[in-house]
Amino acid sequence: MPETHELETIEIKLLLEGIFRYYGFDFRNYALASLKRRIWNTIRSEQLTTVSALQDKLLHDPAYLDRFLLDVSVNVTAMFRDPTFYLSFRNKVVPMLRTYPFIRIWHAGCSTGEEVYSMAILLQEEGLYDRCRIYATDMNELVLKTAKNGIFALKAMQEYTQLYHQAGGKKAFSEYYTAAYENAIFRSSLKENIVFAHHNLATDTSFNEFNVILCRNVLIYFNSHLQARVHKLFYESLAMFGVLGLGHQESLNFTPYEKHYEAIERSDKLYRRVK
Amino acid sequence: MKNTMKQLKGVINSTAELNKKNFEIVVVGTSLGGLQALTVLLADLPQSFPLPVVIVQHRHKSSRDRLTDFLQQQTSLQITEAEDKEPIAPGRVYLAPADYHLLIESPWEWEQSVSENDFTEWGRLPVEPIDNSNSSILSRGTPTFALSTEGPVCYARPSIDVLFESAADAFGEKAIGIILTGANCDGSEGLAKIKAEGGLTFVEEPASALCRTMPASAIANVEVDWILPLSKIVPCLVKLLRIKN
Repeated sequence: MPETHELETIEIKLLLEGIFRYYGFDFRNYALASLKRRIWNTIRSEQLTTVSALQDKLLHDPAYLDRFLLDVSVNVTAMFRDPTFYLSFRNKVVPMLRTYPFIRIWHAGCSTGEEVYSMAILLQEEGLYDRCRIYATDMNELVLKTAKNGIFALKAMQEYTQLYHQAGGKKAFSEYYTAAYENAIFRSSLKENIVFAHHNLATDTSFNEFNVILCRNVLIYFNSHLQARVHKLFYESLAMFGVLGLGHQESLNFTPYEKHYEAIERSDKLYRRVK
Repeated sequence: MKNTMKQLKGVINSTAELNKKNFEIVVVGTSLGGLQALTVLLADLPQSFPLPVVIVQHRHKSSRDRLTDFLQQQTSLQITEAEDKEPIAPGRVYLAPADYHLLIESPWEWEQSVSENDFTEWGRLPVEPIDNSNSSILSRGTPTFALSTEGPVCYARPSIDVLFESAADAFGEKAIGIILTGANCDGSEGLAKIKAEGGLTFVEEPASALCRTMPASAIANVEVDWILPLSKIVPCLVKLLRIKN
């Protein structure tokens, strides 16, 4: 390994250690390749030149922390992202959920909430929503605020409408929101049973037992140690036969909990806890 | 200095130098026209090809398994879409999945993982002095894939630059980068990084490429080692790596 890399690695390690010790946000076990990329993007946008300079700014300017958290966490999401996931959920998970009197769902790492509202729409259409409580969590207060508002850019609705129908949507998608200027304001009935809360998968523990845990395209940002921690957390938080939904290119294959689940729909990364 | 096929012989005589590098990975980037180009490239790869080949082909976000199935017909090497945390195996071909960036996680690991206690009681720090006897903070592990849904780079997700930069970072001079036909300038930055780390760089000859923009952009941006017509790229690589069929 070249020396410049070794120095960079040391600087990044110091930066992450500093953020953790001073602010409590633990990025130390994030997947390094993409984290490094985001750190360097941040350094450039702050017109700095070294990781150490960013560390200086972060530790001495607490007001900057929120922006940094937004920059280094990835908050790219969409309603009905991977529509076949929602279709499979509708066809294969919903029938099972119908047998439950009360359904607790944890959406971990919900970001700005698009996928939480997608799930709420699906559950309303299936007549299950009144029996559900969705706990939507993220480590970032700013994105949670957006999620709570339930207001998204109007220009995205055309794409979302398509995805909604591919996902097995039963109505006109526009019934779910009111257009106002550039915004689509989603019906407040969708958030009646959603609890938005702060939770950090890297440092916090479980807070309930759930029938469904959704965590899509979040674990890809963690290294295998942290993934193992979170999988333990999910396993211990899932009721027997509870459902775990992951992102399209994620799987349980390289994790210690592989044997504790069976696939409900392998290609859509829906699993059921079986022991 | 750009090498041509005529100079190949002379270079091969000095491949002892190249062989010392023990190349460990080949990364390939292509966009418009890539399907045809990859058909040729993959068909040329011998079954004994010893390195992992990782490909970014710009693709629509809803294109799922069809691309893999199609490309699999062109080669006897096994082709799969890379999954998150999947260990990278030699002699395999990996394709960046639609709508994700594909990165390579360095085989160099942090000194140790953080223990379970550190997670839950993060205020608690070790009282004992830290043992420095194991002086190197880095140890060599297995390279793995990592995925990301960050925004598009050069309008593309997967982006060639993202893959190439992470390959340069993870493998340094042991990486080989290849840019094929395409209609934008994605890949130029990444190829430059591979070159800067001492890796080997190939670009498809723009004149004979289906779309010259991407190869031309790479050549303008990087002092490329080899500029070759598509059909000569793998044969040249095979010679350089001294692969026996």
